[in-house]
Amino acid sequence: MDWFNNLTAGQQFALFSAVKILGVFAVLMFMVAYVVLLERRLCAAIQDRVGPNRAGPGGIWQPIADAVKSFLKEDFMPAHVRRVWYWLAPAAVMIPGLVTVAVIPFGSQIGQQKMVIADLNVGILYTFGIVSLGVYGIVLAGYAANSKYPFLGGIRSSAQMISYEIAMGLSVIPVLMLAGDLNLSRLVAAQTGWLASWLPLPNWMVFQSPMTALAFLIFLAAAFAETNRLPFDLPEAEQELAGGYNVEYSSIKFALFFMGEYANMIAASAMMVTLFFGGWTLPWFGLDQPAQTVGMGILHILIFLAKVAVFMVFFIWVRWMLPRFRYDQLMDLGWRRFVPLGLANILAMALWLWWRAGA
Amino acid sequence: MIVPRKKLTFWERLFLPAFWAGFKVTWRHFVNTLFRRRNAAVVTAGGYYPEVPWTVKEGYRGAPYLVKDQEGRTKCVSCQLCEFVCPPKAIKITPPGPEVDPTTGNVEKRPKEFEINMLRCIFCGFCQEVCPEEAIFLMKDYSLNGQSREEMIYNMEKLLALGGVHQDPIMKWKKKALEAQKQEVFNPERKE
Repeated sequence: MDWFNNLTAGQQFALFSAVKILGVFAVLMFMVAYVVLLERRLCAAIQDRVGPNRAGPGGIWQPIADAVKSFLKEDFMPAHVRRVWYWLAPAAVMIPGLVTVAVIPFGSQIGQQKMVIADLNVGILYTFGIVSLGVYGIVLAGYAANSKYPFLGGIRSSAQMISYEIAMGLSVIPVLMLAGDLNLSRLVAAQTGWLASWLPLPNWMVFQSPMTALAFLIFLAAAFAETNRLPFDLPEAEQELAGGYNVEYSSIKFALFFMGEYANMIAASAMMVTLFFGGWTLPWFGLDQPAQTVGMGILHILIFLAKVAVFMVFFIWVRWMLPRFRYDQLMDLGWRRFVPLGLANILAMALWLWWRAGA
Repeated sequence: MIVPRKKLTFWERLFLPAFWAGFKVTWRHFVNTLFRRRNAAVVTAGGYYPEVPWTVKEGYRGAPYLVKDQEGRTKCVSCQLCEFVCPPKAIKITPPGPEVDPTTGNVEKRPKEFEINMLRCIFCGFCQEVCPEEAIFLMKDYSLNGQSREEMIYNMEKLLALGGVHQDPIMKWKKKALEAQKQEVFNPERKE
């Protein structure tokens, strides 16, 4: 370990960050691949089908087969597309989903290292800033395709994403008011322990007050809209737009749009876990305190991943529970229900905090 | 036509009842499929190849195979009617020469070779209809596959093995044999 101790603090930081980035990236890509498999198997079960089960036991090699297939398919580019944007769009969809997880505390600590890539004090603002960039990918894809239906699809989904961005931003504010912090690590720390001595509920944000519970519901609905999942998956309107923004894409570029969607789903789930469900903490056995040993640190990461997985199943399950919203219903719900509700929620939270401070 | 758009009640606009109803439906199907193995392929016997084979219905026209009679003889007499009637010309029969195969008993013209090109066969069933000897039948076999085109040309040996014995009540050759025996006993042509 001599070589390591000889490094300067800055070099050590860079090294640890690189390791964390690689680790998080690997886990995230693995999850993207296997969430696809999970989705296919779960959907199949709900629809009385069997789902992919040929590649390996229970189809566990299916994601690999899918990836190989996507790369080997013909990468067809129509002559009429705007080339530069056409190439950029899939990446522009993929990148925000990957970058969002940088501020998520996915575990307590291993050794002296905090299990978060960038422990920003403005973590949540960073997230919202990045998440809203995801819309560029879709708009670019629609624009680059240089034909009617993809363009309409791109415009439409950008309108949807921008609308729900606002509802999402407003919904989180009560949580931030209650915690008094924007740093996600400290937000997690504010959710440790039990709710009350007489109430067997963990001290997670959803349970802390009716306002935060409502905030969670709005955030959840907005997350569905942001990640283009049913019942708000209007960008993929096959019936109306022959597929929407991704009509002109094929092979791995087409796959990237969906990998981006899944990465966004994972990022949104991670956000919900961090903001409302106590992050890597569990109230039992002192699991809500920063880990002292490596084993505990890994256990915390696993707890976090398990919570994210629960949300992923929920995301997939809801897909078959509700029919797709009509476009005007979607906008109506976003602007005329969630935005006023979010504002009222902030007001209620403010009044309650004011009353509590005075009492 | 004017479709009346009913105003949703407050309760309905919360989407919670819809949520609950949707969950009930999806949960039922999920449990049935995952834990009770009651997926559509099994329930409708529509098949889930190859674990749950498709239940072939009565009267299905699958691959045409040759059958033997109860005594293990080829029923085909190489009359070549099926070869003639076959629309895609999938059947090729090589009739025997003048020499008689002693192992086939009194059966007149056992084919030397009988080939069906399963790549050409359209499973129309004309061969079965036209056959005067009831020697060829469209069976229930719907899964025909091979590694090469040559492998898909089924020869007589293969067709007979796949066809098996046909338990028909007519037993034409047995009766012919009895008739022949009778003629041995009582022959009006024979001058004593």
